[in-house]
Amino acid sequence: MPRLVSHPDEVKIVTRRFGQGAANIDRYIELGGYEAAKKCLAQGPDWIITEMKASNLRGRGGAGFPAGLKWSFVPKQSSKPKYVLVNGDESEPGTCKDHLIFLHDPHAVIEGTIIAGLAIGAKVGFIYLRGEYRYLLEIVEKAVADAYTKGFLGKSIFGSETEFQVITQTGAGAYEVGEESALMESLEGKRGVPRIKPPFPAVVGLYGGPTVINNAETIATVPHVITMGAAAYAAVGSERNGGTRLFGLSGHIERPGVYELPMGYNLKKMIYEVGGGVRGGRKLKAVVPGGSSTPVLLPEEIENLGMDFDQVGKAGSMLGSGGVVVIDDQTCIVEFALRTISFYQHESCGWCIPCREGTDWLKKTLTRFHAGFGVAKDIDNIRYLAENMMGRTFCPLGDAAAMPTLGFVKKFRKEFEDHLDGKPCPFAKHVEMAVV
Amino acid sequence: MNPKETNPDTMSIFSPGLAARFDALVNKYPVKRSALIPMLLYAQDEIGYLSDAVIDEIAERLSITPLEVRNVATYYSMLRFKPAGKFNVQVCTNISCMLRGGYELLERFQDELGIGHKGVTPDGVFSLEEVECIGVCCWAPAIQVNYAFHDELTPNDVPRILDQYRTQVQK
Repeated sequence: MPRLVSHPDEVKIVTRRFGQGAANIDRYIELGGYEAAKKCLAQGPDWIITEMKASNLRGRGGAGFPAGLKWSFVPKQSSKPKYVLVNGDESEPGTCKDHLIFLHDPHAVIEGTIIAGLAIGAKVGFIYLRGEYRYLLEIVEKAVADAYTKGFLGKSIFGSETEFQVITQTGAGAYEVGEESALMESLEGKRGVPRIKPPFPAVVGLYGGPTVINNAETIATVPHVITMGAAAYAAVGSERNGGTRLFGLSGHIERPGVYELPMGYNLKKMIYEVGGGVRGGRKLKAVVPGGSSTPVLLPEEIENLGMDFDQVGKAGSMLGSGGVVVIDDQTCIVEFALRTISFYQHESCGWCIPCREGTDWLKKTLTRFHAGFGVAKDIDNIRYLAENMMGRTFCPLGDAAAMPTLGFVKKFRKEFEDHLDGKPCPFAKHVEMAVV
Repeated sequence: MNPKETNPDTMSIFSPGLAARFDALVNKYPVKRSALIPMLLYAQDEIGYLSDAVIDEIAERLSITPLEVRNVATYYSMLRFKPAGKFNVQVCTNISCMLRGGYELLERFQDELGIGHKGVTPDGVFSLEEVECIGVCCWAPAIQVNYAFHDELTPNDVPRILDQYRTQVQK
C-alpha cells in the first residue's frame, strides 16, 4: 500500500483529505465535500470560468496550460454534445500522484468533473484510468455509484434541472494514451494514436464534440479552488502559477513520497529538507525535475530554482508532471539515458516516423554505446537524431524522448566520452536491458 | 464448466456474470464501440488471454469485425494472445525503480522461477514480465502480480511473495 508522508513545509490543499477515509461519500461530505459543486451550480458557468482563470491553476499533466483559459475555449453553442474528460492515464515515469488521489479522494475527482461540466455546459464526463490501476478504478467506480445514489449525479443533480453523468473507463497499457487526442481515440475503442491539431479538443474532441480534457490532479484541485476562493488559491503559489503541486520524490532520495508544496518551492530545499537529502548521504549527481521526459538538471542548476512552470522552463527544463527523480553520484548516466530512451522506444505508437524511427535508433545507438562499443561520432549522431525528432510529430512523445536524451548528452558529454574505445564503464554496471 | 465453451443459456463463452456485465457495458457509452478496450481486458481476466473465440464474441457484441478487434487489441501492452501464468508477475525496471534495485529484483524473480521475460513456469502458476512504469515510483522498487501491487521491495522479499501466491493455488 502506498505510504503517505508529510513534512512541515507542505501546504495541504489537494491532499487535505488523504488518509481520512474520504473515499467514503458520507465522510467526504462531512469533510466539506460537494459544497463546491453546489456553489458552482448556483453561480453559473461564467462565474466558474472567471474564478478558474483568476486561480492561475495550470494543467498538472505536464504542459501547464491555464485550466480556466482552456475551459473558456469551448464554444457556448454546439450542435454536438460537449464532454469533460479526466485524464487518469498516469504513466510518465517518476509520477504517481494521481494514484494517491484516486486512492484517498476519488470524490474530489468526481466533484471537479461536475464543476468542469457545469462550466462548459457538458452533460457527460469521463474518468479514464490506466489499465494497471484496476484497484483504483474499483474505488472510483464505487464512488461514482455512491454519488448517483445521493443524487449528485444523474438527470437532476443536487435536485436541480441540470443533468450530469459520469462514466468511468479503463485503459489497457499504453503510455501514448496519456496524450489527449490519443486518449480520445482509445476511449472511442480504437488504437491509441494521436490526432493532428488543430482542431483542438475544445472544438473537436471526443466523438467529434467540444471536449475539455484535464489531468486528474487538475480536476481534483478544482473543488478546492472554489472552496477557498480563486484569489486565496493563487496566493499560495508563485507568479502566474497558482496553488500547490503534488511533487513525487523518487530515486536516490532518503524519504521518497508525494509531497504537496507551494508552486515555486525551491528544488534544492525540496531534495535536502523535505526529502531528507540523497540516500545514504551520497552526493547529488543530477535531478530529473518533472518526469522522465524533462531534461536533466545539474546540482548547480537547482541552487535557486523555484519549482513552477516558468522558472523550470527558464532553466532549460520543464516542470512536467512534478515527478522529481533524484540521481546519486554512483549512477551511470549512459545507463540512465538508455533506460529512459528504452521506455520511449517501447511506448512510441509508431504513427509518426520521426518518433518511431528516432526512438529506435537512439535506443540502438545508446545500447551499443553502453556496452562499450561506441564510436566518437555516436555522440553527435545522438544529438543529430534527437534534434531532428523535435517538433516533427503529431503528439509530444517524440519531443518527450528527444529532450531528455539531448540533455544527457549535453550535460554529461564527458561521461559519454569516458565510455568510448572499449574502456570499462566508470560505474561498472553494464548489463544488457531486457525490455524489447 | 469450461469457460471456453459456449454456455447454451447465455450463448456466450463468458461466465453468466461477465456476459451480463458486457450486456450493460455496451449500453454504457454514447457509442457502443467505446466498450471495446474494457471488454478485452475483462475477458482476458476471466479466460486468461484473448483467444479466437474471445475476439469473435466481442466483435459480434459490438457489431464490428474480428479484424477490427485485433487491430485494436494488438496496440495495448496488457493484452495478450496466449496464456500467461495464473499469477503474472510484472517487475518494473523504469528509472525510479531501477535506481532503487528494480533490476536486482527482476534477477531474483528470474532465479526463483527459472524463467525469463515473458516466460511461464511449466506448472502454469507463474509468468514473469519486465514492465514499464506502473505508477508507484515513490514506493520503488515495485511489482504487480496480476493487479495487486507490492512495493518498497528488496530481493529478499521475493520468496515470501511467491509463497503467498503458491498458497492460493493449493487452496
